[in-house]
Amino acid sequence: MSEVPVRLSVNGRTHEVDVEPRLLLVHLLRDRLGLTGTHVGCDTTSCGACTVHLDGESVKSCTVLAVQADGCEVTTIEGLADGDALHPVQEAFWEDHGLQCGFCTPGMIMRAVDLLAHDPDPTEEEIRRGLEGNLCRCTGYHNIVRAVKDAARHPHAGRIPAPGVSADGAGAGRELAQEGLGA
Amino acid sequence: MIPAHFDYVAPASLDEALRALADGGEDAKPLAGGHSLLPLMKMRLAVPTLLVDLRRLEGLRGIERENGDWRIGPLTRHADLQRRADLGVVAQTAALIADQQVRNRGTIGGSLAHGDPASDLPAVLAATEGRVTIRDAGGGSRTVAAADLFQDYLTTAVGPGELITEVRIPALDGWGHAYEKFTRRAEDWAMVGVCALVKRAPDGSCEDVRVAFTNMASTPIRATAVEQALRGGPLDDAAIAAAAEHADEGTDPPADLNASADYKRHLARVLTRRALQRAAGS
Ligand SMILES: Cc1cc2nc3c(=O)[nH]c(=O)nc-3n(C[C@H](O)[C@H](O)[C@H](O)COP(=O)(O)OP(=O)(O)OC[C@H]3O[C@@H](n4cnc5c(N)ncnc54)[C@H](O)[C@@H]3O)c2cc1C
Ligand code: FES
Ligand code: FES
Repeated sequence: MSEVPVRLSVNGRTHEVDVEPRLLLVHLLRDRLGLTGTHVGCDTTSCGACTVHLDGESVKSCTVLAVQADGCEVTTIEGLADGDALHPVQEAFWEDHGLQCGFCTPGMIMRAVDLLAHDPDPTEEEIRRGLEGNLCRCTGYHNIVRAVKDAARHPHAGRIPAPGVSADGAGAGRELAQEGLGA
Repeated sequence: MIPAHFDYVAPASLDEALRALADGGEDAKPLAGGHSLLPLMKMRLAVPTLLVDLRRLEGLRGIERENGDWRIGPLTRHADLQRRADLGVVAQTAALIADQQVRNRGTIGGSLAHGDPASDLPAVLAATEGRVTIRDAGGGSRTVAAADLFQDYLTTAVGPGELITEVRIPALDGWGHAYEKFTRRAEDWAMVGVCALVKRAPDGSCEDVRVAFTNMASTPIRATAVEQALRGGPLDDAAIAAAAEHADEGTDPPADLNASADYKRHLARVLTRRALQRAAGS
């Protein structure tokens, strides 16, 4: 079974990789590109820990083949901050203690950014519904919902910054990606 | 969990896709959103040797109104449907499927071709008496009504090498509608789902009515006894409650982890009453 060339942009940087068709997007991100901020919780499309943006919309990357992302733009948690400045949703999770162990947090934040992009001023009920595909074993959700509500006050909460070359996460991903590609 | 090896192509035209499927034989499978197929492949419950990804077939996406029907491309995602309030019960139902990440991937064509009786849109197709167009590699094309599409558990009229190329759903202007779905947790599959459509006569009585179930048999099914009990009669709470008592007639609900068959029959009666009340606007 032959490998397939895939060209995709991750956090603003273009990658060209040859992959087995069965490679999952989450494994491309974590194992080949070194972007380990995207977590695998359940591996069965239930928990949302693996949530990333595919062409601007939240998806569960444990249930997307890397080949399906060919030609697409992917954003991971590493692509959210603008240099040292946290994204408004990251900032609000920090301010409101929207996490304990932090395992669910990257997926929760990626989902929340997409939620706010479609619905900039959600009610508490809409936030809870909007996050129904993301499970948290620690917080009881209260502070997560509060963080999303607070983030909504920020005018750019639903937006992702144009990828800066200096963005830390993207930089780290880049170096490891090259290592992964050379292997 | 990692799927077994398979070959992969993403053709740029429908004809190429059909040819690739035909050449791939019966272990070749179309791939739409992948949110039914990939979970099965990860658990090795499905082991296709070739996936023919439909993602580049732009012509199979989109929603148009034509001759009283909604003409919907099979690659149209649940997320696209949920944001079109003018689609009525289709939009309302799509919004209740799983969670937003799943709705951002899953498609109406995949849902109808897969034939899982726990899926929500098949019951809507059954209630609206919609139909699909199916094409094969030989250039043949046929129209299959909802009543003939769903044949058994995970078995539909879509054969190997064939593709759903269009979904048609009558718009049913002027009908009241509701989809009631009962789940244990927010993002779950339906224990039972009920699609109710009601048309009032000018005098307020029930001119016509359709009721279809999710997960009450090995396919979506119509609640014909409920429909007969209401059609032509009054549409008040008492009439609706009496009709809803017939909801479990002719059903054969599969028991599962969350609900026994008896409990599902109970749910069917309660949810039918609620759905009819909402659809009748009472
Ligand atoms: C966690 C989770 C929860 C879910 N909950 C629900 C729920 O509550 N309600 C619900 O209705 N669904 C639910 N689903 C299923 C989801 O809606 C699927 O996306 C949908 O059923 C299948 O659509 P797809 O585009 O993903 O199809 P795929 O997985 O790509 O394909 C499904 C099947 O259809 C075939 N196929 C696809 N497109 C075509 C076509 N055009 N012509 C012929 N054959 C085709 C494929 O070969 C495959 O056999 C859930 C899925 C997950 C992962
Ligand atoms: S790891 Fe993908 S949804 Fe849980
Ligand atoms: S903070 Fe631990 S799982 Fe959510």
